[in-house]
Amino acid sequence: MNGKHDLQWETVIGLETHAQLSTLSKIFSGAPTQFGAAPNVQACAVDIALPGVLPVLNKAAVEKAIRFGLAVNGKIAPRSVFARKNYFYPDLPKGYQISQYELPIVQGGSLVVDLTDREKTVHLTRAHLEEDAGKSLHEDFHGMSGIDLNRAGTPLLEIVTEPDMRSAAEAVAYAKTLHALVRWIGICDGNMQEGSFRCDANVSVRRVGAELGTRCEIKNLNSFRFLEDAINYEVRRQIELLEDGGKVVQETRLYDPDRKETRSMRSKEDAHDYRYFPDPDLLPLEVGDKWIEEIKSGLTELPRAKRARYVRDYQLSNYDAGVLTSSREVADFYENLIQALGGGYKLASSWIAGELFGALRRAGMEISQSPISSGQLAGLLQQIQNNAINGKQAKEVFDAMWNGEGEAAAIIAAKGLTQISDAGELEQVIDAVLAANPKSAEEYRAGKERAFNALVGQAMKATRGKGNPAQINEILKKKLRR
Amino acid sequence: MLNVTLKQLGLELAQKKISSVELTQLHLDRIARIDPVLNAFITIDRERSLAQARAADALIAAGKAQPLTGIPIAHKDIFCAKGWLTTCGSKMLANFVSPYDAHVVERFNACGAVVLGKTNMDEFAMGSSSETSFRGPVRNPWDPARVPGGSSGGSAVAVAARMAPAAIGTDTGGSIRQPAALSGICGIKPTYGVVSRYGMIAFASSLDQGGPMAKCAEDLALMLNVMAGFDARDSTSLARAAEDYARALDAPLHGLRIGVPQEYFGAGLDADVAVAVEAALTQIEKLGARRVAISLPNSGLSVPAYYVIAPAEASSNLSRFDGVRYGYRAPQYTDLVDMYCKSRAQGFGAEVKRRILIGTYVLSHGYYDAYYLKAQKIRRLIAQDFAKAFEQCDLIMGPTAPSVAFALGAKATDPVQMYLNDIYTVAANLAGLPAMSIPCGFGEGGMPVGLHVVGNYFTEARMLNAAHQYQRATDWHTRAPRESV
Repeated sequence: MNGKHDLQWETVIGLETHAQLSTLSKIFSGAPTQFGAAPNVQACAVDIALPGVLPVLNKAAVEKAIRFGLAVNGKIAPRSVFARKNYFYPDLPKGYQISQYELPIVQGGSLVVDLTDREKTVHLTRAHLEEDAGKSLHEDFHGMSGIDLNRAGTPLLEIVTEPDMRSAAEAVAYAKTLHALVRWIGICDGNMQEGSFRCDANVSVRRVGAELGTRCEIKNLNSFRFLEDAINYEVRRQIELLEDGGKVVQETRLYDPDRKETRSMRSKEDAHDYRYFPDPDLLPLEVGDKWIEEIKSGLTELPRAKRARYVRDYQLSNYDAGVLTSSREVADFYENLIQALGGGYKLASSWIAGELFGALRRAGMEISQSPISSGQLAGLLQQIQNNAINGKQAKEVFDAMWNGEGEAAAIIAAKGLTQISDAGELEQVIDAVLAANPKSAEEYRAGKERAFNALVGQAMKATRGKGNPAQINEILKKKLRR
Repeated sequence: MLNVTLKQLGLELAQKKISSVELTQLHLDRIARIDPVLNAFITIDRERSLAQARAADALIAAGKAQPLTGIPIAHKDIFCAKGWLTTCGSKMLANFVSPYDAHVVERFNACGAVVLGKTNMDEFAMGSSSETSFRGPVRNPWDPARVPGGSSGGSAVAVAARMAPAAIGTDTGGSIRQPAALSGICGIKPTYGVVSRYGMIAFASSLDQGGPMAKCAEDLALMLNVMAGFDARDSTSLARAAEDYARALDAPLHGLRIGVPQEYFGAGLDADVAVAVEAALTQIEKLGARRVAISLPNSGLSVPAYYVIAPAEASSNLSRFDGVRYGYRAPQYTDLVDMYCKSRAQGFGAEVKRRILIGTYVLSHGYYDAYYLKAQKIRRLIAQDFAKAFEQCDLIMGPTAPSVAFALGAKATDPVQMYLNDIYTVAANLAGLPAMSIPCGFGEGGMPVGLHVVGNYFTEARMLNAAHQYQRATDWHTRAPRESV
């Protein structure tokens, strides 16, 4: 987007996100929801819509929806209604999707999102429960289509925002925050490749201060990168269209990640009349205060609250606290670590964000797969706190632990890595270093700071890396006092 | 043996005067002999039925008999029964063999009853004459030139012509009661939610309710004892303690207040029907009941409201019949949309298509409020009418249908005339109330007339009590059509 556009045009974005709720069975049947099974083996009579079968609501899906509503400070509707959305498609076995229309289970709510320079509150319109459709497979059927109904009836929470976002970056920041939240509260595994978390973006542009422009909906964006690229493309397309005197047509568009462009799927004129009406097979969903209270009391500390507490109580930087609260697993790892250490907030933080994350990234692992447990890492950090080893040695121990060579203490003993903190011993070493490097000592006294570092390096080398660097620093400074 | 009650049949079986195999054989033979004319059955499977009968005989021999063990029962072809062709009277499901049992079928199987066969019906239960089945019309055994009523006409005729000791049907707007009346038998539609709809192919979900059809009220009570009960697979099934619907059969009727709505005796009611119903009311008064004049002011709105709500739900319920997974698929088509269009155009009959069109229309954007929402408001008004009426009376009685059975084809081309046949019955479905029909005499052409009884919610036992007392004092329910058919 060029600068001229930025000044004249404002982008308006609202997102609809489908989060697959991580229940064991489907929203209206007892069939399992696992991903990746052979086609149609996880579709029962209800899922394939045999004549005479009826839906029965899965309470676990409702519980997860309520948990979400509470986490975003939304209103939990005491009475919500399931409706039928009628349309024909081969992967929609009943010829209608059961969804919530006029009365959704979660109404309102908001999410605070961190942008690079500020915070932004994105308001939610609603979140409602619905069932997923199956999948049509168009390859390998010799010109025919295959239908896999394993996914049919999988519970979804559709989370709808107000048109609050003003750029692709804001939309992505919101989507990432939402993604972290649904995983944090344990309602969705967030696996975007498997389709567990996918976004539709409603995009429009307007002259700054003008009324809302005509919007286009871009469907099924299943990565943050696609979301960003699709919105940016769409904004550019709409602005160019309008600047050339054209009009934006309200329509549904698909994003093609290979060509990095959106293209029309169907216009408003071709839009389905879904003939929504309350599903007579399901009674209105009544949610009592008692149930809400029960769910509320089971809700864990949310990421923003935890982050604020880390800054306040542990004196971490806002950035570091943010890193540690990026997922529930990371926060749990951190809290287990500092509990084992009985403190060491900053040390623990820097080791997780530094060494551990680095190693995980190189190995392509999640923290839950880490070969080093929080307890093992605590064993290592204790050695640092006790001055038994220095930082360089600790990294060596860390690598050994990563490779499964055992606990920190055992590795230190096996490698003979004990740190030299004996002042007398270190003084002897330093005297020898100064005697051997008179030129460096001279330069330092003349004001060259780098000469000091060279001397520290020599002293470390003389101790074969075992010297306590802080002590060496101190002794050297004393001896070289200008 | 063909005219005895279910209780009596149970005794005969227990005393080994007849075996279930013999009883089943007897009815199967009779079906083979007379059903080619009446066309009450879509599917007969002698071997399957006789296998069940043998199993029932083993239960009886082992002293493990329950009420209805060994008794053959005809099932309306709307109930899914494992291994049985289950067509719902439609070409759309002409090849559909159900892989599972409906809740009601499970219940009968569990007590050792025998599935005697699947009965003919209006296609997808849409009709009041049993003429719209893909297998041709059902004929009335009292006069084969006339219809038996519908949509459970096959079940009604199976009982009326003594081809089955009892049958089960479903009632969305009168589909148990109206054919019971026109065929001279008894039928009850329980309170909505008493009988699970699981495995009952849906027509209009908020109105559909399964129920028994039999020769007398006592039989209905025994059947309902098996059919009723909570089922977690139907979200509208009511979790209530089990009750014995026969418990009050013998109670006297003294003090019973019978509400007679003035609206049910006005224009549109044939004189012969009015005379028979009036006589029945007088008889019930003689038994100690008191007659109370009541009003159901919104009665006139029930047919219009019904013919918005029922098609609306049906249009959606029948969307699953798309030719994709089971059922009829057109042999030739060019693409997906063409496959849908041709399969549904060829698989559904005219009345079903009419109702799908009406239902689609009333749910469409811009029409929903004017039709569907308004009909729902009327539905509440109708329920309120009944609530008020039941402050003054215990049961409401009147005619089940405005006329006796009409000639085959007489109303087939005039849907509105056909719909008006439901004028006295649909209100109970809209309100979810229990309602029944029992024979109360004969009218024009010697055709049976039905007395309609509507009770307050969950008063089935009281309704059956009133009917049973009436049947102890009269013999209309014991009359059977001549053998000649």
